[in-house]
Amino acid sequence: MRPADPMSDDSELAWEDDQLKALTFDLSGETFALEASVVCEILDILPETSVPGSAPIAGSVINFRGSVIPVADLRLAFGLAQKGVSLDSRFIVIELECQGETCLIGLKADKVFEVTTISRSTTEAAPRIGMHWRQDFIRCLAKRNGDFIVVPNLPRIFASCGQSASLTGTQH
Amino acid sequence: MTITDPAQVFRVEAQELLDQLEQGLLDLERCPTNADIIAQVFRALHTLKGSGAMFGFDALAAFAHHCESAFDRVRKGEVQVTPQLVAAVLSAQDHIRALAQGDDHATSDGEALIAAIDKAMNCAGPSTSASAAERTWQIRFSLVRDALVNGTRPLALLDELRALGTCTVAPLMADIPSLEDLIPTDSYLAWNVTLTTQHPKSAIEDVFIFVGEDANLSIEAAEPVLDDGVDAVDTTTSADTLLSDATLPTPANDKPAPLADHRSTTTGETVRVPAERLDELMNRVGELVIAQSRLKQVCASHSDVNLHSVSEEIERLAAELRDTMMSVRMVPISQLFGRFRRLIHDLARDTGKTIEFQTFGETTELDKTVIERLADPLIHLIRNAADHGLEGPEERRKAGKPDSGHVSLSARQAGAEVIISVSDDGRGVDYARVRAKAEQNGLIEKGATLSDNDVLQLLFHAGFSTAQTVTNISGRGVGMDVVKRTIEGLRGTIDIKSTQGAGSEVALRIPLTLAIIDGLLVRVGQGRYVIPLSSVEECVELTTELDQRSRGHCFLTLREQLVPFIRLRNLFATNTTPDRYQKVVVVSTGSERVGLVVDQILGDHQTVIKPLSRFHAEIETFSGATILGDGGVALILDVPHLVAAGQQQEDRLRAAG
Amino acid sequence: MSSILIVDDSASIRQTVKIALGGQGHAVSEACDGSDGLNKAKGGKYELVITDLNMPIMDGLSMIKKMRTLPAYQGVPILFLTTESDAGLKSQAKAAGATGWITKPFDSEQLRRIVTKVLAK
Repeated sequence: MRPADPMSDDSELAWEDDQLKALTFDLSGETFALEASVVCEILDILPETSVPGSAPIAGSVINFRGSVIPVADLRLAFGLAQKGVSLDSRFIVIELECQGETCLIGLKADKVFEVTTISRSTTEAAPRIGMHWRQDFIRCLAKRNGDFIVVPNLPRIFASCGQSASLTGTQH
Repeated sequence: MTITDPAQVFRVEAQELLDQLEQGLLDLERCPTNADIIAQVFRALHTLKGSGAMFGFDALAAFAHHCESAFDRVRKGEVQVTPQLVAAVLSAQDHIRALAQGDDHATSDGEALIAAIDKAMNCAGPSTSASAAERTWQIRFSLVRDALVNGTRPLALLDELRALGTCTVAPLMADIPSLEDLIPTDSYLAWNVTLTTQHPKSAIEDVFIFVGEDANLSIEAAEPVLDDGVDAVDTTTSADTLLSDATLPTPANDKPAPLADHRSTTTGETVRVPAERLDELMNRVGELVIAQSRLKQVCASHSDVNLHSVSEEIERLAAELRDTMMSVRMVPISQLFGRFRRLIHDLARDTGKTIEFQTFGETTELDKTVIERLADPLIHLIRNAADHGLEGPEERRKAGKPDSGHVSLSARQAGAEVIISVSDDGRGVDYARVRAKAEQNGLIEKGATLSDNDVLQLLFHAGFSTAQTVTNISGRGVGMDVVKRTIEGLRGTIDIKSTQGAGSEVALRIPLTLAIIDGLLVRVGQGRYVIPLSSVEECVELTTELDQRSRGHCFLTLREQLVPFIRLRNLFATNTTPDRYQKVVVVSTGSERVGLVVDQILGDHQTVIKPLSRFHAEIETFSGATILGDGGVALILDVPHLVAAGQQQEDRLRAAG
Repeated sequence: MSSILIVDDSASIRQTVKIALGGQGHAVSEACDGSDGLNKAKGGKYELVITDLNMPIMDGLSMIKKMRTLPAYQGVPILFLTTESDAGLKSQAKAAGATGWITKPFDSEQLRRIVTKVLAK
């Protein structure tokens, strides 16, 4: 069920004068960026409770201020190697619209870098070929210091959660 | 979230007015001449029109204006209340509801509805006598001698009577003594009052509420009116009073108008709070309870007396706060029952049966979320009772029953549960036909031995319907299984009793609240889980011998009964080695039992239930989650689902032989 | 409007009455038991007295009886507060000289209606 043009999702990013405030973080050596406006809070690591039978990408829950919220590991969507918890590990709690409801989700991060500004001119769509990642999981790539930052398409990544189909198909 | 949008405030208010209107209209169907109810209906329409216009609901205001004008004529006695008129205004009321919700598609059929009301008004014609709305009463009263000293003011009483309608007053001065014997502060006069009013007799009695017991008071209708059931009875009583010695006191005001009564009791001072604020508050209280149990844990490792006493104080306060919070969430079930009167009205119309509907225990309280979720199952059960249960008038006559069928709905609290039952005096369940149908559908084998209760349980199978003709009301084969699932989702149970030819009763047992449950905390592998205590039957040890022996077939024998069991370690794929002394927690949903093998039983735990996010909502094994004293999360097991899984396992094994 | 005396040992009841009737423009004074009520009544001219029956020092019945002997309080309405279950008390209180009663629990609307009824001139 991928759209004909994955770039159509790009409109959902809240560009302001072609600038985007974003929070960057590290996940198994790759740098990811989230729109700052969806980030609620950055938490130190809390004990997780795994949920048997759930989709692996959101396989556990944590207690976030008295609410039970799912924890997602984007590594599973991008086929990245697992990494143990370190002093720098964090949960980034974000707010996500899913099926008309606002959900809180904790995203795992190996290290949180900074809130930065991404200029639209530095970004490009994910190339159709030469990628081992699913193209529709990426909103855009932003070039920075010779490397690039991945802006993931969270609604697309989590679209199949909650249904029995899991995201294991993307792991190689 | 605070309601600040005036349009939203209006919607909430309109909702209430429309409910009042609906109740009033349904009451009118029974007592078409009751002036109190007519006035109430008129007022509701009037207020809807007024506030609608104020908040910019112009279409609604214009439409309500039409209905109001119609009822103004009824109020003035120009038109009689007929079933057609009630039906037309009920439809109009639905239309207003849609308009209040901002449903613009609804506006198209407004004209047709107004036409229907007009038609009903014209058919109804002018009321046969003005007495439908107005009646003339003869009132005679005198006061005891010291009444004036004690603060009673006859003039004020007469003014109150005048305010009720047109009235002529004649003083009776026979008892006035000669001037030298007259004590100026004493009361000697008596009065004869002829009053023509729309108000019921109780309104007149209300005037005399404080003097009734020591005044000589008689209130009698100038001409008896027989078409009004309720007031006709009152008329007879007052005629008796007239015949008896005039000094006998008339019981004043111990007979309030029965229909208006339940409404007037709901006028206590209340504050309207949006439901989500209550939920928010409940969450905060839940957090407080959790924080408190952490504090208690911290205290356990300190010997400071002051710290301990503060901790205990907070524990007490938190528990009280939680109890108060729970009581705030409780709402009377009358909210729900009220809706069904309309349903019965429509069912009676659609089936052509005469149905008498009674409700009991409307003040029974339940958690508001529970009440919301009970609506659909109860609608289904009432439909079943009215459509399948009750016979048509002819069949009833043949069976020697009164023409009109009875459906009753009752609620009562029993411990931590509320029992809601729907019963009818119809034909009852035809056991033979249910059997035949089940055999036909392959649900049971031909000639299988089944108890009556087993047969009744068949009704809960998906796709089971015994209606000989499928009507548009019920009998499409969806239903009882859905009812059962919903009730189990509320952690409740269903019982059916039925006597062929005499009727059926379906009783739902529902826990008082969904927000907090008592649970048994267990450990499976590394994870901690909560099993609702209400469904736990017993805990037994899983002996090594049984563990070894039951590798193939998972059954244990409990008091000579085979109980299937599920190893939660396998189900949850914990990849851990089992504890040496595993336990089996036997849980049940009514008649079916299953054992859950856990590594360790950690103890009782009072649990604030937290919903799982939609990411995990579809995992049927869990019904929610809870936060433990150490801040960790434990998942709550969905017992009905696990029992069903255990039964399937049993069925598979039986099939395999 | 009118000057009203509320006699009750419960401060919250007095407060409730005060708020409900004060809002109507009545001047409401308080007394906390029967003897206090009687003294206040002697010291001022109230147009309505509302009293509880169960009070320390002097109960409501005695207070009503005594109050009715004061010339200034003949014909002044006196209401007492009662509950549904106290049917027997009603006739006792009426015999003592009370004008009428207010059934507890009451809401402001009920209270105002009854007060308007007995204050009507």
